[in-house]
Amino acid sequence: MINPGKMLKEVLCSLFRKPVTVLYPHVKMEMPVGFRGAIKFSPDKCSGCKLCMRDCPTNAITINKVGEKQFECEIDLGKCIYCGQCVDSCFKKALEVTRDMELAQAGKNKGKLKVTHR
Amino acid sequence: MAEKRKFTIPIGPQHPALKEPESFSVALKGEKILGVEIKLGYNHRGLEKACESRTFIQDIYLIERICGICSHSHSTCFIQAVEEIAGLQIPARANYIRTLVGELERVHSHLLWLGVAGHEIGFDTLLMYSWRDREVVMDVLAELTGNRVNYGINTIGGVRRDISEEQIKETAKAIDILEERTKYYVEVAQQETTIIKRLSGVGVLKHDDALRLGAVGPTARASNIARDIRKDDPYAAYAELDFKVITDNHEDIYGRTVVRLLELMESYKIIRQVLEKLPAGDICVKAPRKIPAGEALSRYEAPRGEDMHYVKANGTEKPDRVKVRAPTLANVQSVKTMLQDRNLADMPIVIAAIDPCFSCTDRMTQVTDLADNSRQVWDWEKLRSHGIEWYRQRGVDFTALNNKLKQRL
Repeated sequence: MINPGKMLKEVLCSLFRKPVTVLYPHVKMEMPVGFRGAIKFSPDKCSGCKLCMRDCPTNAITINKVGEKQFECEIDLGKCIYCGQCVDSCFKKALEVTRDMELAQAGKNKGKLKVTHR
Repeated sequence: MAEKRKFTIPIGPQHPALKEPESFSVALKGEKILGVEIKLGYNHRGLEKACESRTFIQDIYLIERICGICSHSHSTCFIQAVEEIAGLQIPARANYIRTLVGELERVHSHLLWLGVAGHEIGFDTLLMYSWRDREVVMDVLAELTGNRVNYGINTIGGVRRDISEEQIKETAKAIDILEERTKYYVEVAQQETTIIKRLSGVGVLKHDDALRLGAVGPTARASNIARDIRKDDPYAAYAELDFKVITDNHEDIYGRTVVRLLELMESYKIIRQVLEKLPAGDICVKAPRKIPAGEALSRYEAPRGEDMHYVKANGTEKPDRVKVRAPTLANVQSVKTMLQDRNLADMPIVIAAIDPCFSCTDRMTQVTDLADNSRQVWDWEKLRSHGIEWYRQRGVDFTALNNKLKQRL
């Protein structure tokens, strides 16, 4: 059976439907719970084993020793591919993924996230 | 006079009909195509070499980025090879989760193709609606794996994320919606005059030609070749699941459309079985960092056809050699036969019908000197300096702009 305009009904129905698209950024978008966004670092849990640095596919993460058992973490947001491998590699659970995905920065050097022990 | 009307036109590397840079040199007589010469290599990224300088864990994420659409296919294919070398027995639950993500990926890839095919024949209504429905499966993938593409679900020895009861219910609900929509698209493909008239008898690849040229995936199956790695050489959980290999005897693009649409229905069947049968247990076994010396070849049925990875390990943390044969490389030669004696206007849809992914395919860039016909392979530095020099000769010089930028940063 050949039927020209098979999709016509669908198209006409869509005239009376609300648009599927969302007016982002005016309407806030929520990512699903397990979404892999920006990496969060908890300095008090870090033991400085640097396994995350070893496993990072893009060398985006750097752990530096700043004092006795004190470490700071620097993540280059431009290099990070948000795979979350560093979180899996960390035995001390010092790293975790967040749902934060609005990470665009104006300028190359501003894209570095630094967390220092206080 | 007749001799004079023959001419050759270049399609690509940059062309509105192509979604990726690739060069087709088409010999024409009027509207009729006399022959096509395909030149690969405009998207060479040096991925295989890059794999050798990274550890196996880092390679998973690099391999995943070979292709944006079939990322899970490539990473599973690579990991299967690594697990075989290391002699790892991965848990049943991990195998099922891999199968689930693999099938969801096939659903999103085929729906994407349906939209692209609609767009290439000027049927943009189909593009808009099929891509709207594709969002349903994208959301499911984001929910299950943590990302819409490049899922990162695989790790050596299993998978990284478990699936909860609630997620199983949500996925089943989404599959119900998708199945209903796909049934509608099957109806559209079988009834809509625009599709039938435009795609029937275009891009014909006879059964014997498909065998001779080694076509894979839906391209081969539309030429009535029942070739599917999921059935021929079952991996992951496919041996325990019930599904059919869809074939069609149209031997043209219409056949390829039907094969892909009916394969979607099979995918929903597989996904339902996986959700029902999902065995309890661990999702990962501990894998060594240093993979023992050895080599393995792994095959995987990607949405576009058979994907093949060869991995050689030398007992260190890094692989000795990784070779990737993407499905498009097997299919691209058949485009030549499909276009022979056809009209030039059929070219975009014929190329789109093999669902090409050129950046997955390109392995090297070869430069032919037209003066003495000599061939050489250029490295990155040579390509870069050639590019800068080429633009400078034409009066485009970025040196001043570059210096200015450096001062500001």
